[in-house]
Amino acid sequence: MMKRRLSPMKTQEWLWGYIFVAPLILGIAVFYMWPVIQTFYFSFTEWGAFNKYSWSGLKNYERLLQDKVLWGAFRNTLVFVVWSVPLTVIFSIIVAALLNQKVRGLTIYRTLYFLPVVTMPAAVSIVWKWLYNGDYGFINYILSFFHIQGPTWLSDPKFALYAVIVVAVWMAIGNNMIILLSGLQGISSSYYEAAELDGAGPFYKFFNITLPLLTPTIFFVMVMQLISAFQMFDLIFMMIGDKSIAIESAQTVVFIFYKYAFLDNAKGYASTIAIVLLVVILIITAIQMRLQKKWVHYE
Amino acid sequence: MRATGVRTKNRTKLIIHALLIVGAVLMMIPFVWMLLTSFKSLTESTHVPPVIIPKSFNFDNYSKAMVSLPFKTFYFNTVITTVAKTIGQLFFCSLAAYAFARLSFPGRNILFILCLSVLMVPGQVFIIPQYMIMKQLGWIDSLQALIVPGLFSVFGTFLLRQFFMTIPRELEEAAKLDGCHYIGIYWRVIIPLAKPGLVALAIFTILWSWNDLLWPIIVNTSMDKMPLSAGLAYLQGEHFTNFPVLMAGSILAVWPMILMFLFFQRYFIEGIALTGTKQ
Repeated sequence: MMKRRLSPMKTQEWLWGYIFVAPLILGIAVFYMWPVIQTFYFSFTEWGAFNKYSWSGLKNYERLLQDKVLWGAFRNTLVFVVWSVPLTVIFSIIVAALLNQKVRGLTIYRTLYFLPVVTMPAAVSIVWKWLYNGDYGFINYILSFFHIQGPTWLSDPKFALYAVIVVAVWMAIGNNMIILLSGLQGISSSYYEAAELDGAGPFYKFFNITLPLLTPTIFFVMVMQLISAFQMFDLIFMMIGDKSIAIESAQTVVFIFYKYAFLDNAKGYASTIAIVLLVVILIITAIQMRLQKKWVHYE
Repeated sequence: MRATGVRTKNRTKLIIHALLIVGAVLMMIPFVWMLLTSFKSLTESTHVPPVIIPKSFNFDNYSKAMVSLPFKTFYFNTVITTVAKTIGQLFFCSLAAYAFARLSFPGRNILFILCLSVLMVPGQVFIIPQYMIMKQLGWIDSLQALIVPGLFSVFGTFLLRQFFMTIPRELEEAAKLDGCHYIGIYWRVIIPLAKPGLVALAIFTILWSWNDLLWPIIVNTSMDKMPLSAGLAYLQGEHFTNFPVLMAGSILAVWPMILMFLFFQRYFIEGIALTGTKQ
């Protein structure tokens, strides 16, 4: 009833709605939506000099299937994901659980754990590179106390990727810890009080109350962490770099994408890689959404 | 009975602190190392076993880093880029978020879902076409190239929309009855009430803009148009053997963000909690 009478006002509302969203939609369309379509199109093209390109059909996709180096990069990325995501999540849960107790100096701890998150990855990479240095590095110095001769971590193909994983986990704990902490604070204390009456110890409480009730937050953190792990670039670019002998055993998909697109000017093939990466991320996220029913408890 | 209860409680506290301190030390070592190394001499930095505390704290490495690279220009580029992106995102995202949260118009939900779908796409999928746009506009090696694609953000719109949804509708209705226009409601009601959300978005934008590496190394390769992150990458290529200078350069690049974090800690924490739980 009201609606009909307000009709001129309704059109007013429509008009202003469009005016308010227009600048953003325009920007998103030009810089994000249209580029997705373009990249998809580019994945079927071949690039020559002066950014000229021509249709090449499925050639890039065929090349991709036979590209052993790229498969290696996918394997490296998978290794990166498989190690960094669980380690980050587990350490973040532990830190969050510890910080959820009534301990003194909470703000100081929180600050210290969060510091790596705000620090420029390019700068972080440079310090870690030096800590990892085979001859003068601090890490091998510590190991020498235990009579262990550490390797030249970042230029040793066997260790390079794992050395980067350590840094990635170190960088990500703070962020996830905060999200998990706010999840923990949402758990009602009545659960704990009831369990305490039954004489439950801290471990029982953690595994039977805290963890199950935290699963929605853990799920969110895992999905986000997984997506960002698949896009690892900065640390590989800064800590290992194209000229290292360890690069083949450490380069990620995005690193290879960057190399093809902007160093080799193979933008068609690079687009194919980007599209495949998108598909992989979508599939993994969809699988996670499916699996969540099995382990995520919503209150 | 009671005494043992207190004792175990104290012991648990002690264990918690011990674990937290070990963790905190592990988190801090790289920073301490960065700072200490930035004051070392070149020979001290490559000494075996490592020199932990330099004999004398000198600032030579800082002046060397400042001289060997145009750090002032890097700062200028980074600050301008960051400020422009932050203002742009706050403006464009809040306007659209207000419309998405509060105004009804045909196609609103479809447009919003279309925007959200962009969130699922990894950044690399946009980069080549974005680079082509910059090239066609003749913006390669310019500050516009760093700024313009970052003015619009789906994440920011989503964050603010979630925030605006929590503002009571009655306040708007009251303003409407007083004859306030949509622009008036947006500016006088929504924006003042949404300050924590806006601050959270500003902090994220500042942080991401300041630390971003991939896009700057792609679009801007000339020295006078590089931001700090790309400048550091360049410094590493040039001075890969002079770690004290590299560390000084790193300190020069990171201190503003660390300072900002120390000052606005509460907002950082709130902002992250906001994005993490209010989905």
